[in-house]
Amino acid sequence: MTALLSVHNARKVFGGLVAVNDVSFDVSRGELVGLIGPNGSGKTTMLNLITGALKPTSGTIMLDGTVLSSRPAHFIARQGVARTFQLVRVLPSLSAIENVVAGAVFGHARHWGADAYALAEDLLHRVGLGGRADAPIASMTYIDQKRLELARALASDPRLLLLDEWLAGLNPSELKIGISLIADLRDEGRTIVMVEHVMDAIRSLCDRCVVMSSGTKIADGNVTEVLTQKDVVAAYLGGEDA
Amino acid sequence: MNAFTARELRTAVIGAAALAAAALIPLADDGYYLSLAVNIALYAVLCTAWTLFSGPTHYISLATAAFFGIGTYTVGLGIDTLPFPLLLAIAAIAGGLIAGLVGVATLRLSGVYFVIFTLGLAELVRQIVTWLQTNFTNAVGLYVFTDFTEAHIFWMLLGLAALVYVTGWLINRSRLGFAMRIIGNDETVARHAGIDVARSKVILFMISGAFIGITGAVLAPRFAYVEPPSAFNPLISFQVVIMALLGGTSRLWAPLLGVIPFTILFDQVSAHFPNHTSLMIGIAFMAVVYVLPRGVTGLVEDLVRTRGSGRPATVAERAQP
Repeated sequence: MTALLSVHNARKVFGGLVAVNDVSFDVSRGELVGLIGPNGSGKTTMLNLITGALKPTSGTIMLDGTVLSSRPAHFIARQGVARTFQLVRVLPSLSAIENVVAGAVFGHARHWGADAYALAEDLLHRVGLGGRADAPIASMTYIDQKRLELARALASDPRLLLLDEWLAGLNPSELKIGISLIADLRDEGRTIVMVEHVMDAIRSLCDRCVVMSSGTKIADGNVTEVLTQKDVVAAYLGGEDA
Repeated sequence: MNAFTARELRTAVIGAAALAAAALIPLADDGYYLSLAVNIALYAVLCTAWTLFSGPTHYISLATAAFFGIGTYTVGLGIDTLPFPLLLAIAAIAGGLIAGLVGVATLRLSGVYFVIFTLGLAELVRQIVTWLQTNFTNAVGLYVFTDFTEAHIFWMLLGLAALVYVTGWLINRSRLGFAMRIIGNDETVARHAGIDVARSKVILFMISGAFIGITGAVLAPRFAYVEPPSAFNPLISFQVVIMALLGGTSRLWAPLLGVIPFTILFDQVSAHFPNHTSLMIGIAFMAVVYVLPRGVTGLVEDLVRTRGSGRPATVAERAQP
């Protein structure tokens, strides 16, 4: 197994705040890695560095040998990195299917016309929005909008899929559906990095997880081992004596 | 997406018929009404070209006068030595190039900064031209003598209008057009979907600038005497914005619904209140922004939606002249 994504000493400083402090980790092809940590630990900033939403202050991020760090977001998307957003972002004046087509046209895979629509139709079915291609976005529930966003990310046939708290805000039954959807993606061989607070999901889905706290990587490894590690527990529960 | 839909076909037929009917106007009258028709055709082209860029991006450009004046001056400088069609091509290229330069420099600016920059640009180009003329030539203006009549200019404008509409339609069904719709919704999503946002905007701004440049060139023979204050008249920039916003920017032909009433109104105002035209334009500007923020087409769409009957497009198509 070779590393598909390799993050080396990534650092991001906002003024005097070090949001990501020389973090390094690798993600292998076909791996599903959880990126976890308490609020404000720099997980989303890390994702933003990988996708080019933010430029790293220093450090290197590579996808399969191509340097991504400091390249614009559209370049990174075309290399095959797709993402969902922490606060769901759909395109309100486009129909549901056009939202998905948007992901298929400009990214890593470049479909157009009937081809793109057929693909989008399939993906809508896959995420559970079959038959709702023309539904107005505004009438969609939160989970449906999240499904739509996932379909859009998948439409580019990404080599690396980044999910930023994709399961957050779902009720228990929706959560079950969401988890099995991600499990499906893992089983078909997608490489996924998921930022998540839902520990059940991390435990049941991830092979490995990377733990961040205050911008620093404090643990990296097998989920059950990492979650019992002393400093990880301390980071989550706070205090030296936890 | 790639095939002709029945609606597109119907719109194309209606549009072609309307253009053909308009082309007969010079045969009926060559005085006041032809002159009014030239003004309407002029602003129809300018506003549609402006909307090509400003509609999807929501960037208000006040650089229309700059591109227009560059086109006019191209003809003014070259009319004695070069054939007219070549001058039109040069005007297009010059307009497009300036738009490209401005775009690269400013499209990273957002909102009000872009507006101010484009307004400043028009003024800057005007000052440069004035300076060049007063320092390197004897006269401030240029004479443009041609055999073109008002009717010829009108027909050229109609041809240009057809070209702008076809171009706009082609853009709308292209990747670029789809990219612009996504950018108009959410630039962050657009970037992360793989769209080079800055490049898309610059290309569109260049297309828009090129068309405005040609329009300025076509109009030069009408001026006969070209000088900076008339060629780079900032009023052109403002009128284009008002008319386009009045009509609406969501559809290709929507600006026309603003151009026709406003050109007639402006014509009446300048005939009856020649000293108060600026005041009237100011009032019209405010009225459009306050009363019809989404233009006539937006209003029609809202009415249709609240009544809950029929598709918006049906009413809109009927409203198309």
